[in-house]
Amino acid sequence: MAGVEHKSHDMGLHTEQLSGRTQQRFFSASEEENFTYPWANEVDFDKTADFDAMDMDPTGINLKIRELLEQGYGTITIKNPRAKHGVGVGVLNRANITFEGSLGYFGCGLIDGPNVRITGRVGWSCAENMMAGTVVIDKNAGSTFGAAIRGGDLVCRGDVGSRTGIDQKGGTIIVGGRTGAFSGFMMQRGRMVICGDAGKNLGDSMYDGTIYVGGEVEDLGVDCVPGEMTDTDLKWLTAKLSMYDIAPACGFENMKKFVSGKQLWNYDNLEPSEKKLVL
Amino acid sequence: MSQNDVDKYLNSDGLDSSREKDIGQHIGYRYDVNLVPDMDRCSPFLLKYMGKMGWADLNWLEDVHMGYEEGKPAVFDRNINGWVQVPEDITLPDNQQDRDMIARELLIKFQMSKSHPMVDLVKAYKKF
Repeated sequence: MAGVEHKSHDMGLHTEQLSGRTQQRFFSASEEENFTYPWANEVDFDKTADFDAMDMDPTGINLKIRELLEQGYGTITIKNPRAKHGVGVGVLNRANITFEGSLGYFGCGLIDGPNVRITGRVGWSCAENMMAGTVVIDKNAGSTFGAAIRGGDLVCRGDVGSRTGIDQKGGTIIVGGRTGAFSGFMMQRGRMVICGDAGKNLGDSMYDGTIYVGGEVEDLGVDCVPGEMTDTDLKWLTAKLSMYDIAPACGFENMKKFVSGKQLWNYDNLEPSEKKLVL
Repeated sequence: MSQNDVDKYLNSDGLDSSREKDIGQHIGYRYDVNLVPDMDRCSPFLLKYMGKMGWADLNWLEDVHMGYEEGKPAVFDRNINGWVQVPEDITLPDNQQDRDMIARELLIKFQMSKSHPMVDLVKAYKKF
């Protein structure tokens, strides 16, 4: 790019470095194999523990999970979570965690690595800001399921509420049943798979990412457009959903794909007449 | 972006539209963020990582792709919000799927390294 003159340079707008930040130091491609964060606890999946959360508050439950991980327990079962809010959050460790019952709001948020199973239902914003791992809910989920998720697999075998995957920045959200209005709202990347029907304004204002739907779509939001299903898409969908024993009633090959029309990119810089065209 | 122009950001500045030429910066991602991985191309290292974590596929690494920063191949590390350049002695394959697998492997090695910047941040700011 060196030596190229741009209009913005002439206007004196380049006091700020526009390219990204690069890290070259610290890195050695030949470092010994290490698959977990240096600060993570070394746990054994065969070492199991369980406890009854009936009379515990959410902070107590979270601290107990942390304590067991520090002791090397890799498989933890929590009985009677009784739909308490903010439970199972901030687990930055590989582990198998099972909640025998339902969780309230913001369950399993900010996790990075564990495989979580919830045998009941979950409330609002389950797995918000999830970074990595898997979360599987056996029954239904509330609104803003997987809000701002960044990575990992978030699976609900039943139906979910509205605004599923709002502000999704990565990862995969799988819904075995139906999803409500504004699913994929402001989606930026990642994949959402809805096996059943989708409510109004699917993918409204999505910037990027992919939404696959098996059932009927009530209508599409602004800048969400049909995409072309490729062989790679089909192969990936089949493998991913089979992992969780989920299959759309219409069959994988009949699923529909939706992507961003990318008309809203740099929306603020459009002329008023152009904005009318987009909206 | 098709598989055919896999070297686009190595061989050019990637400024296509008049808007991009005006601002002197490429708009959008420098790779296809929607490209789903071909699991048949997983490296042995990545398969071992998946096994260690108890995952049947690449999980969060599905969103990791090889990008291009300052004319060089690089991978974005969300934990430092910056690009990590791919070592120059690594030969790049001629397709994005294989390049993405290299990026994933390198990112794991970087993130799990004791010399990753997050190690110092954890020491300084960890609350629990």
